[in-house]
Amino acid sequence: MTVTQQPQALTFECETGNYHTFCPISCVAWLYQKIEDSFFLVIGTKTCGYFLQNAMGVMIFAEPRYAMAELEEGDISAQLNDYEELKRLCLQIKRDRNPSVIVFIGTCTTEIIKMDLEGLAPKLEAEIGVPIVTARANGLDYAFTQGEDTVLAAMAARCPSKEKEAEKEERNAIQKLLNFGKKKEEVLAEESEYVKHPTLVLFGSLPDPVVTQLTLELKKQGIKVSGWLPSKRYTELPVLEEGYYVAGVNPFLSRTATTLMRRRKCKLIGAPFPIGPDGTRAWIEKICAVFGIEPKGLDEREKQIWESLEDYISLIRGKSVFFMGDNLLEISLARFLIRCGMTCPEIGIPYMDKRYQAAELELLEKTCQEMGVPLPKIVEKPDNYNQIQRIYEQKVDLVITGMAHANPLEARGINTKWSVEFTFAQIHGFTNARDVLELVTRPLRRNNSLKDLGWDKLVRDEAKV
Amino acid sequence: MKLAYWMYAGPAHIGTLRIASSFKNVHAIMHAPIGDDYFNVMRSMLERERNFTPVTASVVDRNVLARGSQEKVVDNITRKDREERPDLIVLTPTCTSSILQEDLQNFVERAQLEAKGDVMLADVNHYRVNELQAGDRTLQQIVQYYIEKARKKNELPEGKTEKPSVNIIGISTLGFHNQHDCTELKRLMADLGIEVNQVIPEGASVHNLKTLPKAWFNLVPYRELGLMTAKYLEQEFGTPYVDIAPMGVVETARCIRKIQQVINAQGAEVDYENFINEQTLYVSQAAWFSRSIDCQNLTGKKAVVFGDNTHAAAMTKILAREMGIKVVCAGTYCKYDADWFREQVAEYCDEILISEDNGQIGDMIARIEPAAIFGTQMERHVGKRLDIPCGVIAAPIHIQNFPIGYKPFMGYEGTNQIADLVYNSFTLGMEDHLLEIFGGHDTKEVITKGISADSDLNWTKDAQAELNKIPGFVRGKVKRNTEKFARDRNISQITVEVMYAAKEAVGA
Repeated sequence: MTVTQQPQALTFECETGNYHTFCPISCVAWLYQKIEDSFFLVIGTKTCGYFLQNAMGVMIFAEPRYAMAELEEGDISAQLNDYEELKRLCLQIKRDRNPSVIVFIGTCTTEIIKMDLEGLAPKLEAEIGVPIVTARANGLDYAFTQGEDTVLAAMAARCPSKEKEAEKEERNAIQKLLNFGKKKEEVLAEESEYVKHPTLVLFGSLPDPVVTQLTLELKKQGIKVSGWLPSKRYTELPVLEEGYYVAGVNPFLSRTATTLMRRRKCKLIGAPFPIGPDGTRAWIEKICAVFGIEPKGLDEREKQIWESLEDYISLIRGKSVFFMGDNLLEISLARFLIRCGMTCPEIGIPYMDKRYQAAELELLEKTCQEMGVPLPKIVEKPDNYNQIQRIYEQKVDLVITGMAHANPLEARGINTKWSVEFTFAQIHGFTNARDVLELVTRPLRRNNSLKDLGWDKLVRDEAKV
Repeated sequence: MKLAYWMYAGPAHIGTLRIASSFKNVHAIMHAPIGDDYFNVMRSMLERERNFTPVTASVVDRNVLARGSQEKVVDNITRKDREERPDLIVLTPTCTSSILQEDLQNFVERAQLEAKGDVMLADVNHYRVNELQAGDRTLQQIVQYYIEKARKKNELPEGKTEKPSVNIIGISTLGFHNQHDCTELKRLMADLGIEVNQVIPEGASVHNLKTLPKAWFNLVPYRELGLMTAKYLEQEFGTPYVDIAPMGVVETARCIRKIQQVINAQGAEVDYENFINEQTLYVSQAAWFSRSIDCQNLTGKKAVVFGDNTHAAAMTKILAREMGIKVVCAGTYCKYDADWFREQVAEYCDEILISEDNGQIGDMIARIEPAAIFGTQMERHVGKRLDIPCGVIAAPIHIQNFPIGYKPFMGYEGTNQIADLVYNSFTLGMEDHLLEIFGGHDTKEVITKGISADSDLNWTKDAQAELNKIPGFVRGKVKRNTEKFARDRNISQITVEVMYAAKEAVGA
């Protein structure tokens, strides 16, 4: 390739949408673990059940707090009464598991037969005495991680709007976690460590250790996280009052952000996402900026992290990475990897919310300019077949892709990383930057150790027709 | 509506995709929403497939919901036809398209006008059939399509092959140990002097389907897949079929005798008795194994079998008839074909369980407390919970059930593999005795949980200490039996006395 004029702005394309990703109902797998007193009921067909059972692999055997309400022919043709059927199942769940909330996950089938879950839920809730939250996480409208977005958007409506005095102590689980074992005076003394600023609530489901890490990271700046959507328990959902500030931790939460702004009248802090040391720093800086706080020690902290990553970065510097796109983390990951010295010809992504991701896109552009690499092409609703042709042409060093393509690409001598791992690994904050690179470099490290064996291409040349 | 945590057989389209992707150069296009192409992940992961799975989706989204698919499906078919030049494109309906009720047949006909390859619509109804039935049907449909096509063009070959020959029908992708079984069956046929005319669907080309009638007979090793095709071929060409799964020593011999009868009826003059005898007594180790003193220790041990029809039935017979193991309960999840199963296993087990409900199966296992389970991955996990070993004999399966090493379940090598599986699943004989004699080496706390939740009974300190003295591998059983005894008699506190009373009463 000749050195061409670098494009001035990011380019956005939209292809056919023939791409592979997980069905958004997969979000129950991590959300039921996150929200410990919940029960997720996926109302769909055998197809949905089969997907969950296979995609979630071994988790299915741990007596998960999720189940299928499997629709039968009588349900489809309305010979059975939806309300009565759901009531029967909910009572069974209440009896066997006694959850604090039942989350209905609507699927393609409930959409097509227009089952009025939002209408049924409040009536059922009143009748059986368990809160029922409805999320339409279906494959007609959403991809993979967007499932979480639909659930959290529905949860946002359930957050209490005014703190009850009696509950004050009980509610704030994160604070309690951080204050663990401390006396009341000590807690009060610690309060003074915070700067006075408007109330901040973060949204996005993260493993508890990451929640603690990010909360402590903000605490270092004197910023107090008053709550987190979702919290460990449904009964501990954060209070949301008009005028509270909210910030997202994941790039796929645009519906939740919209709901928080429009319905709960919160103010959204539009920041890049805390993925990679650069992203984490930018995220903290943006929050500080909104609260008029001068961030301290961030420069040093970021530098330290980068230094500790050097052994991994040296493996990927100058190499190219191609995102086929399936989980919406792509922009943030690409931005981080470009900062690590990689080039990125294409970022495939299922759905691109330019408003919610505005700050992230801006940081991506800035990163490319600073690193002196061409701006990537962002391809929304990609076409996997076309992408594979481009991967062959561009001789990419690493393809981040779903499992459907990973083995076939490896057999053709192309390094791949299975994208779903980024959704389940801990990738947020300064602390976990190394984990991201651990994942990204794994195929390169593995293939480095095999490279002298002459086993790169393990398929015969296909006859060109 | 049905509350379900786990299912044994997958949805119908999986069966169709398994058939389509087994053939060479056949592409399936699913009429499905985003995310339903999970089949590709399974094939790529479980079978560690090197090639791209020839399945794509014609995506059903909001627009399709509002306006219908219109040109979309047709465009996707003709595009795939151009890109990959498949011999056949199978348009595959899913649960979603079943309710949309679009005229998919019409799309197929329109696409056929432009496409160079053949296009067909898989005739399966999501709400009526499961994965296995759909697979069976799709295979028959494809065979029929190409037989009829050849007949129209007068391309059907005349007569049979010179030497006795066979079509092996039902080997497919994502089938339990199918690849290994296929190799073993081909080897068996070679040993019997029978030519393999064709293996379908795995690795077959649709262009060769017209030569299926040249075979002297069809062999259908699996009950679930291929029978419809064999019956179709019998009806069209009078080709007889053998549907005895050659799994286990006795059934393999029965299968071979049936083959002998079928081909001798067509003029061959073969006598396989010597071969069967030689294999049984001296080549396969399974017959000798069942006679050896090792296997004596398995006599009368209790086992539970659960799986698909083929494997559960064959396994039940092997355990009961060939190893002297007591099969307390044999079960299948193939409800649609339950009569066949009952008939097969009736004389080899005490109870028969026909169910798709994993909870029911788990409870059955907990109640029977067998020494070993032979089931699917799900039974393996029930076994883990109850501390009972499990050999996996049928789908649904995980990646570890797609071994790279040669592990057939069928034919004479299959009998060896099964013998190993059975033997390794039971606590080894001598170890078992020694543990009993010396009171065990396991001093861990009770960790076994019953299938029912935690016990509501109190154990006194002494009783608990007593319980802990019992060797780990039977401790759970003693605990459960004692508790059952106490519950039956409304005793809420379990003392050492109660323990011994229970032991005397139920032999705990």
